[in-house]
Amino acid sequence: MKYKLLSFARQMALTLLVIWTVVSLVTLLIEFVPGTPATTILGETATAEQIANFNAKHGLDRPAFFFSISSENGFSWNGVDNRYVDYWLGLFKGDLGRSFRTDRPVLDMILERYPATIKLALASMLVAIGIALPLGVLAGTNKNGIIDNFASFIALMGISLPTFVIGPFLVYIFAVQLEWFRPTGSLYPEDIILPAFTLGAALSAILTRMIRSSVIEELGEDYVRTARAKGLSERTVIYKHVLKNGLIPVVTILGLQLGVLLAGSIITEKIFSWQGLGLLLLEDGIAKRDYRLVQGCVLVISLTYIVANSLTDFVYKRLDPRIRLS
Amino acid sequence: MNRLSYIGIAIALIVILLAVFAPLVATHDVEFQNLANRFASPSAEHWFGTDSLGRDVFSRAVFGARISLEVGISVVTVSGIIGILIGAVAGFYGGWVDKILSGYLFNVFLAFPGLLLAIALVAFLGAGLGKLILALCIIGWVGYARVMRGQVLKVREYDFVQAAKALGASNMRILFTHILPNSIQPLIVQASLGMAGSVLSEASLSFLGLGIPPPAPSWGTMIEEARNYFSVYPHTLFFPGIAIALTVLAFNFIGDGLREYLDPKQRTR
Repeated sequence: MKYKLLSFARQMALTLLVIWTVVSLVTLLIEFVPGTPATTILGETATAEQIANFNAKHGLDRPAFFFSISSENGFSWNGVDNRYVDYWLGLFKGDLGRSFRTDRPVLDMILERYPATIKLALASMLVAIGIALPLGVLAGTNKNGIIDNFASFIALMGISLPTFVIGPFLVYIFAVQLEWFRPTGSLYPEDIILPAFTLGAALSAILTRMIRSSVIEELGEDYVRTARAKGLSERTVIYKHVLKNGLIPVVTILGLQLGVLLAGSIITEKIFSWQGLGLLLLEDGIAKRDYRLVQGCVLVISLTYIVANSLTDFVYKRLDPRIRLS
Repeated sequence: MNRLSYIGIAIALIVILLAVFAPLVATHDVEFQNLANRFASPSAEHWFGTDSLGRDVFSRAVFGARISLEVGISVVTVSGIIGILIGAVAGFYGGWVDKILSGYLFNVFLAFPGLLLAIALVAFLGAGLGKLILALCIIGWVGYARVMRGQVLKVREYDFVQAAKALGASNMRILFTHILPNSIQPLIVQASLGMAGSVLSEASLSFLGLGIPPPAPSWGTMIEEARNYFSVYPHTLFFPGIAIALTVLAFNFIGDGLREYLDPKQRTR
């Protein structure tokens, strides 16, 4: 018990350290923007007064960090009255600042788009499981057969074809030629199908390979022989015994991949004009140089990724008795 | 080595040769625009057709190989050297050095989605070849560092390293003449997979408009430009798409094949 608590505390400490690093990175990166945000947003023709107002409104007139080093003044100490502390204090109050462009709270803008991204990530995960489970089991039970080679080939294609190649091809076949779906948009329920397949392709490939090797490994275990010896059908052996044990590593991958899907959805959202967080980051944040919004989006995507990973680790440890007991 | 890795080596060689001899292979000037001849279908004059500005897609795809390999090789070399050094230090010195490096630094970089970090870096620093390579190195080194640390921990217990230590060899000598040569195999696998990853990341960032700015013929940029027209002129997207897929596939095949070949446990299966 004492051990368990200790390892839990260590895990929590590491997660907090990672979150601290991410927040610090996101706050400090804005200092490397070429030019100042004010001139970028207001344009070169802005008057000194306009710039001063803009800076005051967004807190940019205050020092960036606890200390500053410049060629004129050398090292100077700024104390706690700085933007780094501001961002942290805001964060604890659920305030990510206001957009440089629209003046709306960044958190509101993110929360509007967040559900669409999560929906897309979960849908693509379902697609991936739906493809990988039957294909992986078939490949594993027919090792080196035709189905196995076919599954391996499909899996490699899925891993190597980038989303921005798969996506347009799916659109060309299913939207342009067959006219089954609309090419872009996120208005109707069926609009999620093409993006989900695009985003889920790589994951289904990874999962197929994992399930295949998992099934092969478990089929060689003693308990399988016992199950067969007591007269269970091959179907029961595979679905009740082999898969139950073989799926443990798959759960880990799924959890880790949820984060990858969230980050990867940036490209998929662009292809399909899917109104999620990725498109917000690209079109409203980066393209319009709304750095406050970029900060917020990067932070929220990273935090979701980190939390998903930590939860997976936790679930994984509960699932496998060998890990739980050791 | 399995059959797929030979196919991978063959494709990789073709891509490398195309990149090296691009000026000789290309049939047209990559930046020459001919608006009278936009979206021409593949023909004897334009093997892969022309794009939205009437530029020759084949020539652009050939020069695109140059950009991809330039980015891939730079990223693998720089991030490999940095990763190997940090990994070696972590594994060799152990103790609190290792706790800070592998316990904290590695985990931070692994806990952050690589592509997002690259996007964030480029968004704040600005686009361009140099910054793109920098961003990819920042996300890439940790893979090598982990492999190297693991190898060092394994190899340093071997008798010949103990013997070298007993003979009074310096730490640097042990690290570079004894441990590094014996750690090289998994690093080569990592480099091959890293090459595939870098080519893919470059194309992804260029596709998002955050990589190499146009008119440079990056495969990602070509796909981004073709995206608006591909439903009518699919050839503009098809050829750069195939180029990326084959190149990434080739380096993944090589990496996978090498890993299987170097791991006797997998070879017998």
